Amino acid sequence: MSRVRADEEEYWHSSKFRAFTFDDEDDELSQLKESKRTVNSLRDIVDDDDDDLERVSWSGEPVGSISWSIKETASGSTSSLDGRDSSLQKGSSSYAALPKQGSSYSLSSLFKGRNKLSSFQSLSDALSDTGVKSYAPELRRPRAEYKVLIFLKRTLRREILFRELEVRQVALCHLIHFLREMGEQKFLLDLLRFLDRTEEVALSQYREHLNIQDVEKRREFLKGCIGLPFSAEDTSHIQDHYTLLERQIIIEANDRHLEMAGQSELFRKYPRKASILNMPLVTTLFYSCFYHYTEAEGMFSSPTNLKKTFKIPDKQYVLTALAARAKLRAWGDVDALLTTKNWLGYTKKKAPIGFHRVVEILQRNNAPVQVLQEYVRLVEDVDTRLNLATKYKCHDVVIETYRDLKDRIQLTAYKDKVERGSAEEEKIHSILSNMQIRWKN
Amino acid sequence: MAFAGRRDAPEPPDFGILKRLARDQLVYLLEQLPGKKDLFIEADLMSPLDRIANVSILKQHDVDKLYKVETRPAPGASDQFCFLVRPRVRTMRFIADVTCDEWSFYLLPLDEDIISMELPEFFRDYFLEGDHRWINPVARALQLLNSLYGPFGKTYGIGRCAKMSYELWRDLEDESESEVQGRKPEIGHVFLMDRDMDYVTALCSQVVYEGLVDDTFRIKCGSVDFGPDVTSSDKSIKVLLNSQDKVFSEIRNEHFSSVFGFLSQKSRNLQAQYDRRRGMDIKQMKDFVSQELKGLKQEHRLLSLHIGACESIMKKKTKQDFQETIKAEHSLLEGFDIRESTSFIEEHIDRQVSPIESLRLMCLLSITENGLVPKDYRSLKTQYLQSYGPEHLLTFHNLKRIGLLTEQSAGDTLTAVESKVSKLVTDRAAGKITDAFNSLARKSNFRAISKKLGLIPRLDGEYDLKMPRDMAYVFGGAYVPLSCKIIEQVLERRGWQGLEEVVRLLNGNEFCVSDSAVEDNPACESQRVILAVFLGGCTFSEIAALRFLGKERGCKFIFLTTAITNSARMMEAMIEAKG
Repeated sequence: MSRVRADEEEYWHSSKFRAFTFDDEDDELSQLKESKRTVNSLRDIVDDDDDDLERVSWSGEPVGSISWSIKETASGSTSSLDGRDSSLQKGSSSYAALPKQGSSYSLSSLFKGRNKLSSFQSLSDALSDTGVKSYAPELRRPRAEYKVLIFLKRTLRREILFRELEVRQVALCHLIHFLREMGEQKFLLDLLRFLDRTEEVALSQYREHLNIQDVEKRREFLKGCIGLPFSAEDTSHIQDHYTLLERQIIIEANDRHLEMAGQSELFRKYPRKASILNMPLVTTLFYSCFYHYTEAEGMFSSPTNLKKTFKIPDKQYVLTALAARAKLRAWGDVDALLTTKNWLGYTKKKAPIGFHRVVEILQRNNAPVQVLQEYVRLVEDVDTRLNLATKYKCHDVVIETYRDLKDRIQLTAYKDKVERGSAEEEKIHSILSNMQIRWKN
Repeated sequence: MAFAGRRDAPEPPDFGILKRLARDQLVYLLEQLPGKKDLFIEADLMSPLDRIANVSILKQHDVDKLYKVETRPAPGASDQFCFLVRPRVRTMRFIADVTCDEWSFYLLPLDEDIISMELPEFFRDYFLEGDHRWINPVARALQLLNSLYGPFGKTYGIGRCAKMSYELWRDLEDESESEVQGRKPEIGHVFLMDRDMDYVTALCSQVVYEGLVDDTFRIKCGSVDFGPDVTSSDKSIKVLLNSQDKVFSEIRNEHFSSVFGFLSQKSRNLQAQYDRRRGMDIKQMKDFVSQELKGLKQEHRLLSLHIGACESIMKKKTKQDFQETIKAEHSLLEGFDIRESTSFIEEHIDRQVSPIESLRLMCLLSITENGLVPKDYRSLKTQYLQSYGPEHLLTFHNLKRIGLLTEQSAGDTLTAVESKVSKLVTDRAAGKITDAFNSLARKSNFRAISKKLGLIPRLDGEYDLKMPRDMAYVFGGAYVPLSCKIIEQVLERRGWQGLEEVVRLLNGNEFCVSDSAVEDNPACESQRVILAVFLGGCTFSEIAALRFLGKERGCKFIFLTTAITNSARMMEAMIEAKG
């Protein structure tokens, strides 16, 4: 469906796109604000004692509901359902559920003191024992299919089972899903190998890393995954995963040390809120630009080392470094990132990500107007530039832009937005009285 | 069922029966265990159970304490334990050595026209894992609804799962002995649709109020948790969102832009109502307090909640460049400025805006463009892994398998696949052959379908979102939801005639069956009540669109879905979790 260029222009400027915007200036938002004021003003009149309304506990659950009751019980109130009114008075604010029991915990040991093996084996037993009522109402008919599959799985030699399943696609899917759910990793891998689904074998093995909490063990495991039969592309991703974790372990150990030693001002002023382990690469880069910006490339924790090792594209690098330096209010570093020098030694401001994004990042970190203004000025698109300049009160930029657009009406109107007797007002005056400008309105 | 002129839509059948049935069955089961007992409930069943029963009913049947299934009971527990669980493998590891009974709870009415099966795992289990385990409950649900509100006259459907569900349902009907014929039906037609017939709609940002609330706050079992930023206090509150909420019922299907005006009007009215107090004498005041005040208080409470919700939505959206995102989405839907949209997505990933959103946009690009250009696929994948974590390698594989995020291959023509297949016939690995056919079958063909069905409205003047002229309003006038358009067309034509091309592009599996025993009487009201069944999930935007269509055509749509869904839930289902 291709359109001619002119149509596209017309399309984007059509009213359809102005139907609804999320701008602060818009009627709709001020309408909403007005509604809120109206409703809030009525709050004094409305007696908010909630006696006619549904009673709600501190967690937000309606009193008397099942979710509420479970939370009440979990919070440790030993009263049974009778005591629910008094427990409401207590208004307990913490609802930490009792710690989850691991899968080896058997509730049956609570019944009659008998100790039975829990988890997977029980289910298999239950299903293949025809004496027990079939607890499988949801299974597709023939209802026997699951029972049959499991029975076959337990009785047939694998090779025969696999061969039979190969030509029964649906049953195969069912069994694979079942094996995954039950965590029967070895069986699953054997089956996949038999079917020559080598990539899936690799992925299934790789997937296991999610269950390894200990970082060292995880690192070892990932190292082992590198040789698996992935596609060439995925192999490099796995390699990167391993390398990243390896580096993170080193950085984490060093930084923990630094932090505890208490010598580094940076770490004292901005204590780390979380460990860098298992974080994505970009997050690690941000961290590195924050805490280790000036380090030499040889150091694993330096941003330039990360950039080189993981082949991080310039765009991503500048964006991330910018965000980190802006957070530290290091405006000089921000400037340096956006300045390039050509061979003649002339500097030029360049942003691989668009200056409106730069402005957004700076503004989020409360950059002073003088700093902000410099980059707002560089925003290419005029409408966006005006928008941002007005929003963030970069008066000079607004004035200059209206002057460049030769828009006398707007410039005059803007006079009201600047302070009486300020330099900006003076500036507007002098521009407006400039006879040489050929105003368009 | 032809759309002959505009008439008032018929009233929906009473689905309260379903709740009562479920509750009665539960009570019966509790009674099988006489005396004091503790009840352990699976987390996912808590909310549905809240809709059906409450604590006092359980107490009446000797339930002492309530626990989540994973919890260890406190000392002083009863001798008897009762577990309420879905037969899912992961729950079974907490339970052993029990006798089992079946609680036939398939259907939860969320509202007067929405019934949910509360099976969010249906989507992943069927469409990704190829597991058919949930087809039986769907068939049983149809059977139950048929027996209570049928007999259904005509059944339409499209999709493999729809076909299988239908066939299983017919088998169940044939085997059962219940006499349904001769009953006066309340629902005339059924339309079954697989989610994968239309992924595009499910992936789009929602802009009708209910959809926005779901996207922003996550509606669960018809209720939503509003935090302190909405309630303007330090409390959170759980609110039931259905037609009982007088404010909500009027704004739920509206495009977000209309909502402000409505709330503003309502607030002013409310103010005026309260102001009336000033001129009142004692008697009038008494009447006011006894009759009107409660209603006004309720309205005030609802209004503040929804105004708070709107504010919260606005804040979040402005933060996430909603405007730009919508612009990119519309480009993708319409098929131009694709490079610009791709750059937007790339930047979105670079900025680490949101892992779910970035994924969603990539999938939308892939589906509308029949897969990503290999260079883009590789580059975006690498960037995604760098921004959001290397473990998402697994997510990408899932998305590829299910067909949501694929790569265009050089040989995607029919001849190329044929030669691929013939080469594989000699290979003993049967799995690979199916893969080849699967990949062919999963080609999206969105652009061709969109053109054939006219899903992108022509622009002539401004699109009025307050008085919409077609279903495209649910997406700001930019796009008519494909799923809804298909339903509209098939019902209009009373079959698939004239839609052969579209069906072929959707990869077939369409059907249209009439129950000859059921009278096809156009005058009968049930003829104008249609059960729309979504296998794999249904979004609020689709619900709003079909409600609109219903009003236009004088018919009523009842929604039966395996679960309410949105783009975030779909993406989350594709991400590999621990354990």
